[in-house]
Amino acid sequence: MAVFTKGLQQRRFCLMDGMLLCLLFVVLYAVLKLGAGMGVSFSPEQRPVIDLDPLGLPYYAGRSLLRMFIAFGASLIFTIFYGYVAAKSRTARKVMVPLLDILQSVPVLGFLSATIVAFMAFFPGSLLGVECASILAIFTGQAWNMTFSFYHSLITIPKDLQEASDMLHLNWWQRFVHLELPVSAISLIWNGMMSFGGGWFFLAASEAITVLGEDIHLPGVGSYLAAAVDAGDISAMLYAMAAMLLMIFLVDQFFWRPLVVWGQRFKLELSESETQPVSFIYDLLHGSWLVNQIFRWSIYPAARGFNRFMDTVANITESGMQVAEVRWKGEWLRSVFWGLLGLFICYMLYRPVIGAFSMLYGIGTSGIIEALHLGFLTWLRVMAALVLGALWTIPAGVWIGMNPRLAEKLQPVVQMAAAFPANMIFPLLIIVFVNLNVNFEYGSVLLMMLGTQWYILFNVIAGAMSLPNDMLEAAAVFKIHGWKKWKSVILPGIFPQLVTGFVTASGGAWNASIVSEIAGWKDIDLTATGIGAYINLATAAGDWPKIVLGITAMCVFVVTINRLVWGRLYKLAETKYHLD
Amino acid sequence: MKNLLELKNIGKTFSIKENKDTVILEDINIQVKEGEFLAILGPSGSGKSTLLRIIAGLIPSSGGSVVYLGKAIQGINPGAAMVFQSFALFPWLTVLDNVMLGLEGSRLTEEEKEKKSMQVLDVVGLDGFENAYPKELSGGMRQRVGIGRALVSEPDILLMDEAFSALDVLTAENLRRDLLELWLEKKIPTKAIILVTHGIEEAVYMADRAVILSSGPATVVENITIDIPRWRDRKSPEFLAYVDRIYSFMTKKKAVAELIEQRKKTALLPSVTAGALTGFLELLEDLNEKTDLYKLADRFMMDIEDFFPLVEAASLLRFASVTEGDIELTEEGKAFAQATVLARKELFRRQLLQQVPFVQQMMQILQSKSNKQMNIEFFENLLCHSFEQEAAAKQLDLLIGWERYAELIEYDDDKEVVYLPESA
Repeated sequence: MAVFTKGLQQRRFCLMDGMLLCLLFVVLYAVLKLGAGMGVSFSPEQRPVIDLDPLGLPYYAGRSLLRMFIAFGASLIFTIFYGYVAAKSRTARKVMVPLLDILQSVPVLGFLSATIVAFMAFFPGSLLGVECASILAIFTGQAWNMTFSFYHSLITIPKDLQEASDMLHLNWWQRFVHLELPVSAISLIWNGMMSFGGGWFFLAASEAITVLGEDIHLPGVGSYLAAAVDAGDISAMLYAMAAMLLMIFLVDQFFWRPLVVWGQRFKLELSESETQPVSFIYDLLHGSWLVNQIFRWSIYPAARGFNRFMDTVANITESGMQVAEVRWKGEWLRSVFWGLLGLFICYMLYRPVIGAFSMLYGIGTSGIIEALHLGFLTWLRVMAALVLGALWTIPAGVWIGMNPRLAEKLQPVVQMAAAFPANMIFPLLIIVFVNLNVNFEYGSVLLMMLGTQWYILFNVIAGAMSLPNDMLEAAAVFKIHGWKKWKSVILPGIFPQLVTGFVTASGGAWNASIVSEIAGWKDIDLTATGIGAYINLATAAGDWPKIVLGITAMCVFVVTINRLVWGRLYKLAETKYHLD
Repeated sequence: MKNLLELKNIGKTFSIKENKDTVILEDINIQVKEGEFLAILGPSGSGKSTLLRIIAGLIPSSGGSVVYLGKAIQGINPGAAMVFQSFALFPWLTVLDNVMLGLEGSRLTEEEKEKKSMQVLDVVGLDGFENAYPKELSGGMRQRVGIGRALVSEPDILLMDEAFSALDVLTAENLRRDLLELWLEKKIPTKAIILVTHGIEEAVYMADRAVILSSGPATVVENITIDIPRWRDRKSPEFLAYVDRIYSFMTKKKAVAELIEQRKKTALLPSVTAGALTGFLELLEDLNEKTDLYKLADRFMMDIEDFFPLVEAASLLRFASVTEGDIELTEEGKAFAQATVLARKELFRRQLLQQVPFVQQMMQILQSKSNKQMNIEFFENLLCHSFEQEAAAKQLDLLIGWERYAELIEYDDDKEVVYLPESA
């Protein structure tokens, strides 16, 4: 555990510590107060009402933030367990990795309705059910990406370090603490940061939702905005957006920046790079007497105790496994275990699957064809959103990426813009659409593009930054300019990153389709024909067969396109356009 | 003296799909006595690192057993610690923590562990660096940490896997000396050291005994006791005699002659480009005499490791001949080295067709096709009869490179198709 807590020295108490102390109590109090609000009772007569007074906004923001962090914590725990088991067990890996791949590409927002209903049944008469469903939605937006990164780190641990750990006779816990966790720390932090940024979208989408004919508003910034839209209160809308922007900024400064700086110690390469990330907050905390004391008297001893406990557990389980292996011949025991687990899963899945099939059967062929047709329309919209997004982001991204100084300044801004949930800007555009009488069949493409363009921009900047200088110089020497330069130097050069950008953007666009094909302003409802609106309407009406059909159709589309289009482009990027 | 460690009939086969297994090690028997410093020598790819990992218990052998103190080991060898070529330090741990990790499995208290680690740091010459991180240290210092980490648990056997190869010449020499001093003056409780290396001089300088492995599949070719008093002088005639003797064992027996015969049967090409081969032949031509291979490698400042494939390629195409560790250009070789670019291609084409049966086979297949072209997958599958998938692809890559140089074929990378040039 010493790995994670190293580097504290003697400090003196100073004024800053007093301020930190106050801050600590404020945070503790806020968490308790906000947490208490999560379990209030909830019934058709007793719905939480969102107050549009801006003074209530900090409370709502706090509730949203709490939800985000709970979801993130859950994602982290899930990531470590799932990734660890998948990396360690060959048998488990065969199931777990493809499953993760599918979970990652499925538009999770489509499932929101189903999970809300399930959780409401689980916590009858309490808002906790809806709260859990919202947290689950954020969780599903974060977890898969992080798990993949952790799994990938675990299976790519340098071989010499693994062999060294073997030779040092480390047990599984020591190996986890000294090798596996540190090796994956940097990519885990980085992916956590990105996933957290993506989570805001799901937060905003899941707080205010109509399920089975009931409007549910969880106290939070997303609901505040939704309420403002219903009331047609533009200033309240702007307040909500400002609050959201502030939240993103503060979380970045107070949570992620310090973590990124702290994570630098886990760099694998043995050479020191020139530019180190810096964080004012990290320096402040690192240099503080108070933080030092807290670590010395509570966190260190706790970590040491936990470490000792896990160490003992690891020793016992390891010798136990050896005994088991000798007595049971290992293999046999393992296959029985996996067999039983498989049977259990089949048993658990049996009824829902049968139910789903009979439901689909009830709808009939025409219903299925309709759903597929709608899926196709949404697919066209997704493609249009990507192309439109690419049209401005590619030139802009290349321009930014090729000016290092500009890139340094603009990248944090782009990151913020990407994290800002696009669905919170939708209402502003809807007002414009309503006033200008824009056809929403096309207008919704613009909404979709709003959230997804950043992913392309992001990756294009990264691609342009990594264009080798000698290639650009060669282009200049041979007088390659204009379109020819784009065609033969720039576009092939950024191709791999461009594909990554498109894949991420397409995933985002499918998710966005659920909230962007249907929108309202005061009492005007705008609907575009597509699978997203179909799922949304089915959810509001509580039409289960249609919900299941809609989600299935969408998943089929997404997975097929991933395999057919993006998979191939990825391969092309890896082979032909690989710069080395 | 009793045997500390004994390798009995060790064999290692890597099984590949279908029925083709690659035998890496075959019937290896080695005994290590208490107080012995053993060097394991062999050309690259001879499986000496694999052998060391079998001794360590990192990978299981396919046959035979590793016996430590009279008991066959299961899993990691309880009496061994290892020093790695790449150091294998944990970059997020300080020097002290890295060394303390060597005691993680022991029952000592934290204080005892720290005390012992500090002592070891003192022994390996890292006093005062305990709080530094590996990235702050030079390569030599890093390897000292690696040695300290291995020594701290007081292993009976210290395994060193090319421990000095990643260091620059002076640093490596310094570290060799320091380690030898610890060992000779019994400052460490280690009972035996096994060093895997491809450096003949390193082995003769440090070890009491050298075991020489042949390449593919590796067997023990020779077991030489190095009987020179310490400290040894690298310039002394005795020393040079040992170096020369070991060198001729490594090149003579099986190493080159047999390998080439074996390769001809399977059309296995050494991994060398046509350009590198040309350069090598030109250099040989400039020397204009029969030359000792070892001196040649030394002169070009190359490792023997990089050198062997060139020698193999030259002898495979009969541009040079190797006898008793000496290399000489053949008539074809001389003609090639003196020829113009176009004439060289002609000569190369002729030798390639004559000496590599698979090339003939490829040409015949292409000739017999009406469109004179063929998907490379077809040839890859042909090669898969003799090699595993990955090796077959690599072989085909090499073959195509050579054939393109000889202007025998042309190749379309996009379509992955080879075809005969128009004029042919």
